[in-house]
Amino acid sequence: MRGRRPFFRRHKSCPFSAPGAPKIDFKDVKLLLRFVSERGKIVPRRITAVSSKKQRELARAIKRARVLALLPFVVD
Amino acid sequence: MPYYESVFIARPDISGAQVEALTETLKSIISENGGSVGKTEYWGLRNLSYRIKKNRKGHYSLLNLDAPPAAVRELERNLSINEDVLRYVTIRVDVLEEEPSIMMRSKGQREERGRREDRFDRGRREERGGESEDRPDRGRREERSAEPQAQGDD
Repeated sequence: MRGRRPFFRRHKSCPFSAPGAPKIDFKDVKLLLRFVSERGKIVPRRITAVSSKKQRELARAIKRARVLALLPFVVD
Repeated sequence: MPYYESVFIARPDISGAQVEALTETLKSIISENGGSVGKTEYWGLRNLSYRIKKNRKGHYSLLNLDAPPAAVRELERNLSINEDVLRYVTIRVDVLEEEPSIMMRSKGQREERGRREDRFDRGRREERGGESEDRPDRGRREERSAEPQAQGDD
């Protein structure tokens, strides 16, 4: 479990690269919402452990969803 | 011919039947220009995340197209003219979904969540800058948890 050594971090794997992973789609608001902060910003991949290829895809999907008012540009 | 997904948002004060009629006219535009429409979806009256032309809600519709670019251009021209359309987006895709999209599925069965969504809450909590009770890399938890007051992390 975590916290055995100081600065021990369990290896995280990309949530979109595993078999059976969800497909990134701008219509899947509930999925995209998990990768967006409370302010509506895209969460950096160092926190979500998304691979860089998938992060680009994800960012594109989030931006498309914003244009269609499925996701907010800013939450204030 | 390339595949496209076209989504448009119609004004909230028109009826669902009018949206259907609009979808039909758009379909005929595509077929007149040598394309074909795969499936169409009506997502219903949804809340917009922000106001578009002073509207807080809108009728969402999706069209799956297999059409030449000229037909898509004509479709978008018509959407831009139509006063009932708040916004439209057409995106080129590699494959067209045959089954109902995630929007229709999630409407049918609201709750099928679960699994491990808590993983990404961490990002949001850090973003908020507030209570950071869940730092993964502090070895102090287990030593602390000997005492019952382990929750009071500062």
